[in-house]
Amino acid sequence: MSAPDRRELLRGLAGAATIALAPGVTLHVFEAQARAPDQKVSAKTRWGMLIDVGKCGDGCTACVEACKTENGWGGGTRSRTDAQWIRALTVRDPKTKAAVTLPMMCQHCANPPCVDVCPTGASFRRADGIVLVDKHICIGCRYCVMACPYGARSFVHEAVTDPKPHAPRGKGTVESCTLCVHRIDAGHEPACAEACADRAGGAMLFGDLNDPDSEIAKRVVRYRTVKVRADLGCDPGVAYRNL
Amino acid sequence: MTARGRLVLVAALAALVAVAAGAAALTRFKGTDRPHVPRGQGEACVADTDWIRRNHMVALDRQRDATVHEGLRTPRFSLAGCLACHAVAGEDGRAVTAADSRHFCRVCHDYAAVRVDCFDCHASRPERMAEAAGSKR
Amino acid sequence: MARLVFRRIEQPGREYWAGLGVLAVLAMVGLWAAHVMELEGHVVTGMTNRVVWGLPHVFAVFLIVAASGALNAASIASVFGQADYKPYARLSGLIAIALLAGGLAVLVLDLGRPDRLIVAMTRYNFASIFAWNIFLYVGFVAIVAAYLVAMMDRELGRSDRWSKPIGWLAFLWRLVLTTGTGSIFGWLVAREAYDAAVLAPLFIASSLALGTAASIPILAACGRALGEPLLADDMLSRWQRLLAIFVAATLYFTALHHLTNLYASAHHGIERFLLLEGGGITQLFWIGQVGIGGVLPLALLLLSAPTMARLNLAAIMVLVGGLAQFYVVIIGGQVYPQTLFPGMEITSSFHDGEIAPYRASFYELALGLGGAAFALLLIGIGAALLPFLPRHPAR
Repeated sequence: MSAPDRRELLRGLAGAATIALAPGVTLHVFEAQARAPDQKVSAKTRWGMLIDVGKCGDGCTACVEACKTENGWGGGTRSRTDAQWIRALTVRDPKTKAAVTLPMMCQHCANPPCVDVCPTGASFRRADGIVLVDKHICIGCRYCVMACPYGARSFVHEAVTDPKPHAPRGKGTVESCTLCVHRIDAGHEPACAEACADRAGGAMLFGDLNDPDSEIAKRVVRYRTVKVRADLGCDPGVAYRNL
Repeated sequence: MTARGRLVLVAALAALVAVAAGAAALTRFKGTDRPHVPRGQGEACVADTDWIRRNHMVALDRQRDATVHEGLRTPRFSLAGCLACHAVAGEDGRAVTAADSRHFCRVCHDYAAVRVDCFDCHASRPERMAEAAGSKR
Repeated sequence: MARLVFRRIEQPGREYWAGLGVLAVLAMVGLWAAHVMELEGHVVTGMTNRVVWGLPHVFAVFLIVAASGALNAASIASVFGQADYKPYARLSGLIAIALLAGGLAVLVLDLGRPDRLIVAMTRYNFASIFAWNIFLYVGFVAIVAAYLVAMMDRELGRSDRWSKPIGWLAFLWRLVLTTGTGSIFGWLVAREAYDAAVLAPLFIASSLALGTAASIPILAACGRALGEPLLADDMLSRWQRLLAIFVAATLYFTALHHLTNLYASAHHGIERFLLLEGGGITQLFWIGQVGIGGVLPLALLLLSAPTMARLNLAAIMVLVGGLAQFYVVIIGGQVYPQTLFPGMEITSSFHDGEIAPYRASFYELALGLGGAAFALLLIGIGAALLPFLPRHPAR
């Protein structure tokens, strides 16, 4: 079976984006395109996210909590040294005092500064656009933390006990949002987007920016979106709407 | 140093050597137990046992690069797979971690005095013991 | 001119051994501090997710920048043909290697995973200026070592046939090296305090000043161990002028850096922080970097008659100013919040939008001082083992 055939088949199986269960209750199903386990990631896909800030509720941290549970961080009590893979960021206009809150995490740039500066190649961009840290070869120099314009990376300051099997974390290395790469490889959407759809405003739309038929690709061309610090030319994979 | 002081020093050193030699001799006679490796839960390992004993680190190393960089998640040499099949139940019903000397990896590695770097970051046990049973191949 | 004769510290006295002992203890304490940091993690330091490079980096960058400048005497002799500096050429090579070794030791021991040094030596990402610096540093040590052989070998050292070309290579290499070190910061678009190409020439000027300044107390100490001054008469005033020129150049580039930033209103926030409202950082800038490290030693060097004591004092002031300078650049640049949304105020659980607090822990100070002590230890041992020091200084 060739790759496009397989994709068609899988889309057919999991195609319906939303299934109505009962009035007012919807089950959100991601348009799964799981690769076979022996198939390499390819640049045909570029995973991205479109976040509609207008749907982010005041004080809502559903995405942050889901990420903590999924990836096993956030148990600590030292806010300045504990890792944060995703955070709720409040942006306020100093003149009008108008404020919005939005999720901020690794923006999975096409030109990631963290990857450029990493001396060993531990920071890398996977072919499908996910920016990751290969903790096996990270020496903990923290240059990527210095280079990231989004403050998205954390350095693990102390020993981690009982990490999740799918999200290894270790003292002395740098980590950040993986876009739930383990879930994506299994055909699921990231935990934050799922939680947002299930329990909050459904503000986070995940999908393949390179697939013109995907919901995210259609919406990105239809609506005016903003990329944070677009002036730096990093070309983030995360776009914000209604900001 | 006085002659008397020197004598005391020599005597002390000689006593120390004698005690150390005696201790060494006793240990040798007693011998060291060969490691008792806990059996896995499946019918057979993913590869020939002798091959695995010699080459598991190479297989895991290759798998790690393929998984992290190319997204290949073939189950055969997955570390999580090894740990699921070879989980050793502790008193609380959950699998023991690498902090416990009964842990599958530790049994041999302690014997060979080779430090495992994996569990500085990786979970050393499946999340649920049930998961371990379910992963039998 | 008479053939130069070199010698080593042949009869180390009580003071020499005491000094060496103190340095050895400091180096061991530094090593212990690094061990604790690796065992417990960086949680025992003052570093946070906002200030990821702390006091060890200040010391490391200081030592590395000074290392490249320490080669001044040798470069002036070999490259610019000033024979008067030749007596100091060998020692300047030794100081350069030792300071670099000290700086690199601190840098490596401050890594999150220092046990993976082998990874850093075997896997390279050539887009990273850090990876280039590994080559620049190792290459610098190799070239300066070859340079020392060319100067000190019985056969090779007879003429400058070898020492001159290698001296040229070392001279060019160290300019590239300091540019590389400056670019570690100069190419970071993510932080407002950096992202300025002028940081590279600023680092070169600093390296010339700090390297010269570091050499002076070392020359004084070696002279003391030998029982005869190594800097006298004419050479005293020449070293004095040399240091003055480099300190003035550093001040010039510092002013240029801040004035350039002040011209762009986007950088006004960080400049206001560093120059006016930064509290300790601002004090370190004006009192430490500009005052103690710039204006005061410059006045001392230009306005007073040269004596060894005054030159030594000025040199130590320049060194203190240099530490303040890198503290302001490295720590000051990080405690100031990143701009995610220009013109907006941001807040979060990750302390976005706040000035980050930073207080170095004892372990960081011990590691930094340990690196400096290690460098001086190497110089002390080297000067006693091989003939690095001139017998007839500047005659």
